[in-house]
Amino acid sequence: MNARDVVPRSKNLDIDALLDDRSIRVIVCCGSGGVGKTTIAAALGLRAADRGRDVVVLTIDPARRLAQALGLTELDNDPRPVAGVEGEGSLAAMMLDMKRTFDEFVESNSDPERAATILANPFYQSLSSSFAGTQEYMAMEKLGQLRGKAEADGTWDLIVVDTPPSRSALDFLDAPRRLGSFLDGRFIRLLAAPAKAGGKAYLRVLSAGFGMFTSVLSKIIGGQVLTDVQTFVGSVDTLFGGFRQRADDTFAMLQAADTAFVVIAAPERDALREASYFVERLEADAMPLAGLVLNRVQTTKVPDLDAATATAAAARLEAGKATSVTAALLRIHADRVATLARQKRLAERFTAAHRNVAVAAVPALPGDVADLAGLRQIGASMSVAPDK
Amino acid sequence: MPTTLPGDDARTTDWEGVRLHVVSGKGGTGKTTVASALALALATGGKKVLIVEVEGRQGLAQIFDVPPLPYAERRVAVAPGGGEVYALAIDPEEALVEFLEMFYNLRRAGTALRRMGAIDFATTVAPGVRDVLLTGKTKEAVRRKKDGKHVYDAVVMDAPPTGRIARFLNVNTEVAGLARTGPIRSQADSVMEVIASPLTTVHLVTLLEEMPVQETADGFRDLLAADLPVGGIVVNQVRAPMLNATAQAKARKGKLDADVLAADLAKVDVVTSSGWLSSAHGVVTTEEVVAGLMSEAADHSERVALEQRGRDTLQELERPTYELPFLAEGVDVGTLYDLAESLRAQGIA
Repeated sequence: MNARDVVPRSKNLDIDALLDDRSIRVIVCCGSGGVGKTTIAAALGLRAADRGRDVVVLTIDPARRLAQALGLTELDNDPRPVAGVEGEGSLAAMMLDMKRTFDEFVESNSDPERAATILANPFYQSLSSSFAGTQEYMAMEKLGQLRGKAEADGTWDLIVVDTPPSRSALDFLDAPRRLGSFLDGRFIRLLAAPAKAGGKAYLRVLSAGFGMFTSVLSKIIGGQVLTDVQTFVGSVDTLFGGFRQRADDTFAMLQAADTAFVVIAAPERDALREASYFVERLEADAMPLAGLVLNRVQTTKVPDLDAATATAAAARLEAGKATSVTAALLRIHADRVATLARQKRLAERFTAAHRNVAVAAVPALPGDVADLAGLRQIGASMSVAPDK
Repeated sequence: MPTTLPGDDARTTDWEGVRLHVVSGKGGTGKTTVASALALALATGGKKVLIVEVEGRQGLAQIFDVPPLPYAERRVAVAPGGGEVYALAIDPEEALVEFLEMFYNLRRAGTALRRMGAIDFATTVAPGVRDVLLTGKTKEAVRRKKDGKHVYDAVVMDAPPTGRIARFLNVNTEVAGLARTGPIRSQADSVMEVIASPLTTVHLVTLLEEMPVQETADGFRDLLAADLPVGGIVVNQVRAPMLNATAQAKARKGKLDADVLAADLAKVDVVTSSGWLSSAHGVVTTEEVVAGLMSEAADHSERVALEQRGRDTLQELERPTYELPFLAEGVDVGTLYDLAESLRAQGIA
């Protein structure tokens, strides 16, 4: 059997048709943490390049060996060509440096003096390095930049995006807007320039509550932080065309027909539950979902030998004998078949609830991916149709 | 290994005197499962243990198979020997309102501020504040006493992932840029009195794979750099080697004796005397069965060798290490008790 047979009744996700579809310019790989998102993104990118596309892969946090496989030895926030593509296509890869992306974003949107003030602001420094949502916001920002470049000079015709590691796949969609509305929100504007927030009448209504608000706030976070926030918002106010606007624009871009979402999950309970949430959310927001990639699916070469038979046979071989290699092999097989059965139950629960979602599967590999050959193997296994 | 009986007070554990066990780990390593099993292990023998979650994911409700947890301590399990496990999902906004009430008698104001979105603002604009509230509530549970006795014998925290753990716990540094005096500052100080003390230890959960092992090494380095107490390593989902070293080496090279395998399989009727395996799906030859089993054994041996490399790297960290088996059937409330017993037998609790 191949990995795809773990969900025999679901629609097949035709990976090659997706990668060959020249009207698709962006593929977003989403999923909860620990499911192998980065590896799948890299494997999709390489396969697309091998099939003739000019691809750039934006990775967030690759494992050391995967980074080496892609030639990403330093984190320099710019795409680097990856050698070893077969055929006419090309592959470039980069690792996101969130702080640097934010800094560059500030620098390219303001004059040097103002940029220096912003970069030195303590609130900005905390915002650009440790805020929840900043990584997602900057991944979106970088995606926008790459897309701009792709459209301007045709360097790439496909961008494959890995999404930041988070417990919830939804964070990628929600965090930038959350951060955007926060930075663009009423409170922060009131703090920055009370007079601008809607005229004096508005202020009078608010003033009692607002006075208490600032007084409690400075008790909690201290007057200095409030001042830093005020200075920061003051200096970026007219500059960015609004954080929320920017987040909304990228969000709209992800709804376009030339984008395809690939949801990645391991056949485990938590990962599939997150995948379910995400699929439902994409549907609700009219986001273009290509399908689900089930990663690390257990397979067996001897599907006809069930776990109970194998275990019973192993026990008979071990009776009256210290060790038996054959018994050990039967037990290895029994374990594998049991894992497979559990994965199948979980995967079928997902496909039963989401009948329209096309699925591709990648078999569990015994080791880590260390080179392009390994990525190629994953790409090839994803593209295998179910057994007849 | 000494036998361990519930309530056997003579036994000592590796973490005597620790009252707060912080459990962190890379995403996908089973951090919540391990934290829950540890709470059960600590409760075994009549103890009362609280497990807290701080990321608003309701992971504890799922693992203990109970309805979503409110911001209140609820009993979620009983442990062997009369122990009890309570669970609490700490919500930073609720914690801030509670905090304001405690210091300023501002409960109503707190509720109004929350409605205005101000609480969200405060915990967002200064991420350190959020962490102080989460660790502060945990610290309060560690210290809480009734009639001169601790309410909880131990507290387990299902903490943020390894990449953020040192920063999360090191609240003093986190609020360094904030108010220099005032309640948040003093709360941070009293959190550090518990967290950076022998009352606390931080365990990291890992799998024997490249990235989690690397993050575990990085995590301990970060903790040490921040002068935080480093605990043990819990290696999750370990596959027991089924073959001895010689057979394993042969299996990886595909050099196991196919004839012996074929003969053995026939002896125990896995294949028929005429050399076929038959089932509902069809028939395959003995050769195919043997080749299939050998290739699976090669994968298994490859995996065991990879795990051994990970284990070697972990060993260099020189921390007490505990192993939990890979469960082909997955984890449910029942297997949680097995994992707890295994942790207890290994001396972590």
